[in-house]
Amino acid sequence: MSRRGFIRGVGIGGGALGTGLLEKEALAAPPAGGKTEGPGPVPITLNINGKPYNLNLEPRVTLLDALRNHLDLTGAKKVCDRATCGACTVIVSGKVVYSCTVLAIDAQGKEIQTIEGISTGNRLHPVSAAFVNHDAQQCGYCTPGFVMAAKGFLDRNPNPTLEQAEHGLCGNLCRCGTYVGMRKAVLEASREMKGGRHA
Amino acid sequence: MKWFDYAAPASLDETVKLLAQHPGALLLAGGTDLLVQLRAGKKQTDLVVDVKHIPELNALHHDPAKGLTLGAAVPCYRIYGDGAVQSAFPALAEVAGIIGGTQIQGRASIGGNLCNAAPSADSIPLLIALGAVCRVAGPSGTREVAVEDFCTAPGRNVLGPGELLVSIQLPPGPARSGARYLRFIPRNEMDIAVAGAGVSVVLEDGVFRSARIALAAVAPTPLFVREAGEALAGQPVTPEAISAAAEIARGAARPITDMRGTADYRRHLCSVLTRRALETAVQRAREAR
Repeated sequence: MSRRGFIRGVGIGGGALGTGLLEKEALAAPPAGGKTEGPGPVPITLNINGKPYNLNLEPRVTLLDALRNHLDLTGAKKVCDRATCGACTVIVSGKVVYSCTVLAIDAQGKEIQTIEGISTGNRLHPVSAAFVNHDAQQCGYCTPGFVMAAKGFLDRNPNPTLEQAEHGLCGNLCRCGTYVGMRKAVLEASREMKGGRHA
Repeated sequence: MKWFDYAAPASLDETVKLLAQHPGALLLAGGTDLLVQLRAGKKQTDLVVDVKHIPELNALHHDPAKGLTLGAAVPCYRIYGDGAVQSAFPALAEVAGIIGGTQIQGRASIGGNLCNAAPSADSIPLLIALGAVCRVAGPSGTREVAVEDFCTAPGRNVLGPGELLVSIQLPPGPARSGARYLRFIPRNEMDIAVAGAGVSVVLEDGVFRSARIALAAVAPTPLFVREAGEALAGQPVTPEAISAAAEIARGAARPITDMRGTADYRRHLCSVLTRRALETAVQRAREAR
């Protein structure tokens, strides 16, 4: 399967989710019933953009490496690989996280959203569309992480002030310095999302 | 990252037994420190034990008579999102909201911040100021350690082989008490403190009944400056008394010069941050019931 075909498939299927962001952090049953696993590959099931994926991964594999190297979902970027830059941002159980510092084995049983899953068919998510409208990128490498961080922020703060939006995106860096466009984009996206034009 | 085994025990008993069998195991809560350190080769282990499935480490409950029980693996977003914490320990909610950025706060725990034992850890001076106590479980049962005695050196703590931090107990705040943590960073967010000050005060009829002051990033461990708080006890609440305590804090600091700031600059920050934190804590205590 080609990556683009795969992404399109996920995009169509992804329209049904997005509303299931559960706030409650249930004390989930541990993977493998608590027994020691590894160090070789172990069966791991990840629920990504509404679809289950069965993988065989070593416990040391991060969620970011699982996405990029084992599932061909290369939207989340590996830049610092040490929980500083935000380019690897994905949404897990409704919260934005750095996928470089989450073990794949530890992300089991949770709803994982990546940049590949937020558009509806060929229609961009309001955050992505607002980034386009405001030229909120230059080289574009930080962009998927920023879009996911902005989406995660707006899901929880639908009507932010500029200051709140800046604070909400403090975990992401853009070396090109396109913050001016991003601020405008996030505020525009908040208006679009409140308008209910996105499912 | 070097290979390791992974286990996610579901009970404290099971975890203590597992740690007894694997003395070199390292514990995983949010992973925002541990995974970075493992990848950089700063730490090595053959077994990572995920402690997020242990009920005691996920507890977050407040009892007006007994205080707050903060499970060691409770992530920051749960702490600042908790109504009881916001009203009873607003300074703790604030500190949970300044550790890292949003992504870090979705994973990282205050218990992990404490066990990581960085001299610059933001939560530790406040925990010391609030008189928090660590509950530790191990092969010979449970014991309690005051937070000011928990860190022993940069990255080191008092936990012995097979022991783990279960929870942090915060005693109930007395009437007319207030607390505040302030740090200095050159950025607005996502930075490591150049220096920090955590304080708590209890007032009575315009007089300090008691106070506790602790500092970040000016010693090999978070630094409890007992004498600065004791100097305030019995003093009327005046700018002079507050400044005097801030000068004692400055004098107790033993900072180094590094890329974040010089020793002199850090000493100056200790004085300013302690004074400002005390001013806010006093204000809060006056507004408290």
